Amino acid sequence: MQRRLPMYFSVLTASALLLAGCAKGTGDSDQPDASFDPKASLSGDLTVMGFGADDEIGSVRLDEAKKALGSKVKVKLIEGDLDIQQFLNSVASGQPPEVVYADRTQIGTFASRGAIIPLDDCIDGEGIDTSVFRKPALDQVTFDGKVYGVPEFNVVQITQANSSLLGKAGLTLEDVNGSDWDAVAAADKKLMKESGGKLTVIGYDSKMPEFLPLWAKANGADLISADGKTAQLDDPKVIEALKFAVGIYDAQGGFSKVKAYRDSADFFGGGNQFASSTLGAMPMEQWYVNVLNDVSPQAPVAFDTFRDKQGEPLAFASGSAWGIPKGSKNPEAACRFAKTMTMTSSWVKAAEARVKKRGSEGGMFTGVLTGNTEADEKIRAMVKPSGDAKWDQAVEATYTANDHTFSLPANPAGEEFETAWQDAVNRVLNGQQSPEEAMAQAQKEGQKALDEAWAEWEK
Amino acid sequence: MSRRGRAPRSQAAVDTRAAWLFISPWVIGFLLFTLYPLIYTGYLSFTDYDVINDPNFVGTQNYRDLVSDDKVMLALRNTFVFTVMSVPTKIVLSLLLALLLNKAGRSAGFFRTAFFLPKMTPPVAIGVLLLLLFNGQSGLINEVLGWFGINGPAWTTDPLWVKPGLVMMSLWTVGASVIILLAALRNVPQELYDAARVDGAGWWRQTMHITIPMCSGALFFLLIVDTIAGFQSFTEAYTAYFGSGNSTYSNDAALFYAIYLFQQAFQFLHMGYASALAMLLFLIIMIVTAVQVRLSRTFVYYESERA
Repeated sequence: MQRRLPMYFSVLTASALLLAGCAKGTGDSDQPDASFDPKASLSGDLTVMGFGADDEIGSVRLDEAKKALGSKVKVKLIEGDLDIQQFLNSVASGQPPEVVYADRTQIGTFASRGAIIPLDDCIDGEGIDTSVFRKPALDQVTFDGKVYGVPEFNVVQITQANSSLLGKAGLTLEDVNGSDWDAVAAADKKLMKESGGKLTVIGYDSKMPEFLPLWAKANGADLISADGKTAQLDDPKVIEALKFAVGIYDAQGGFSKVKAYRDSADFFGGGNQFASSTLGAMPMEQWYVNVLNDVSPQAPVAFDTFRDKQGEPLAFASGSAWGIPKGSKNPEAACRFAKTMTMTSSWVKAAEARVKKRGSEGGMFTGVLTGNTEADEKIRAMVKPSGDAKWDQAVEATYTANDHTFSLPANPAGEEFETAWQDAVNRVLNGQQSPEEAMAQAQKEGQKALDEAWAEWEK
Repeated sequence: MSRRGRAPRSQAAVDTRAAWLFISPWVIGFLLFTLYPLIYTGYLSFTDYDVINDPNFVGTQNYRDLVSDDKVMLALRNTFVFTVMSVPTKIVLSLLLALLLNKAGRSAGFFRTAFFLPKMTPPVAIGVLLLLLFNGQSGLINEVLGWFGINGPAWTTDPLWVKPGLVMMSLWTVGASVIILLAALRNVPQELYDAARVDGAGWWRQTMHITIPMCSGALFFLLIVDTIAGFQSFTEAYTAYFGSGNSTYSNDAALFYAIYLFQQAFQFLHMGYASALAMLLFLIIMIVTAVQVRLSRTFVYYESERA
């Protein structure tokens, strides 16, 4: 038996080499020679990956896009959140969808790997007016000086608080909107309540680890340089922001306690933290206003923008974007589709449909943040006073925040960079490292990922 | 050549051909879905590959990176500790439950089904369930501990308690092992117990000197498959600490090797590096299994091998 072993290994090695030799990627397929013209008549198939027309904002715009494409273009949706693996494999195998809908943070990674194409020709040819897009949104889809995505939607954060708890503690929104960190820390202690060693009211939730970029920016620091090449995770201002945000939890017995209590809350139900008066205040994305308005319209809530240390409104923008995959068989239709989905008139029609729907449901219309400044203005004009000051306050705060956003620039190692700083924050929250140690490690990991990815791109 | 002219084939050759035909679906499946991916993974481990672009040969670079990657050591340590904690716990509990079931008489069928049912739970659901049961503030586990005056730990956030929580949760699917051991128990000849009783042996001595030796083959099987499963642990921990249960919060203590491999492959698109990680895990599992097989000669009793 032992004598046969070398023979087996020889066969195995030969097979491996044979298979390896057969292995061939499709990464070198040529870009389509497309001609973009807004008046051109289009035909063929248009497969859309990662987008679902689940609500009127999606379905009305989709109808508009179908109209713009004409009856000769057959649109097919591959619904659900974008499966990155499925998408990349489809590109690698030469069978990509014609257009892809992705998170804006993914655009840099896709672009750097050649999975999506630059949209310069599409933008010029179809006449997409990029000046209407919010700059932070456009920055997120601009990689190495070229636009790779057409942005849509904007998610921003605002301060959301329990007015009843604030009042009882003799506090105001100014104490919890982030403009004065000492005031936030003091409010946290005043609002927090314990019973039998267990938290019964979370005073303030700084929403770590996900909101580190917001706290760092409020303290005057960015996690990454504007060109997306240099990590700035060990910046003293970032570390100071991290210490403050973690200190908010430490003052309440530690992150474990706050998280355990937070996780047990009925977040999307009528017994949410504000309705049950178990949370003083937190910065939170604007979509949660709609949840609160739907499930607990009578909850004692109050809203303001999140503010930096100078008292200026501040929000970290995120959202989605349309991209055209490499090898797309109908880039002309894809371009017009992306253009129509994000144009002002489509957004306005979609918003009108939502106003009608909310009216029939007896709910209020809180607006839609589109990532398109022109559309945002027109839709904001459609928002009518609700007769309830707190919800009007929420809309006001949302739109103000929308005018004061920032974003992290597109880079080829987006996921790794994010993992580096989030893991660092988590190590601090779990008590495994000090903020300085954690961010030093994150800086090393994040910079290594950026260096390698940029080097690969610049090869 | 005419049919008549052929030499008559031996019965053994006919049987062999029939045997190959019968097992050919498995053989084809093995070649296509196990051997080919294994060989291709081996090839990819020597390349830089991001799914989109062609693999680029980099020699042993991925293996050298692997040695200097602190997270590989962390993930290996976490995986070893989890496996060492979970495998014996699972086997001992399975044996105890099987011994109880063996005495259950007519109701054994009902309990067998009851024990096996949790095994049908999707692993993702188990991960989410873990977060609910082990919640430090309102979870059932700490609630029960509280009845005895014990202030339960922060199972889902304290790095010291994350792995014990995962081990306890892994017991949720102990049902399959119980069924295997129950089948082994049923095969122990009754006359051995009768003889032992005549000699004055009690329950403990009967268990230690008859039951366990006679079930050692099944116990060894469980040791092998549970150890491999331990090394490949992924879904429950990923769901609870890296996936849908916690999209931004994560805990280093739950970073198992398979999770790190997944991150490198599917989140960071370092397929070449992930392939090197996969080959290392393959090698580790091979070595550990070989050691277990070698050691088994001293404690596994096969009735068919009796002289």
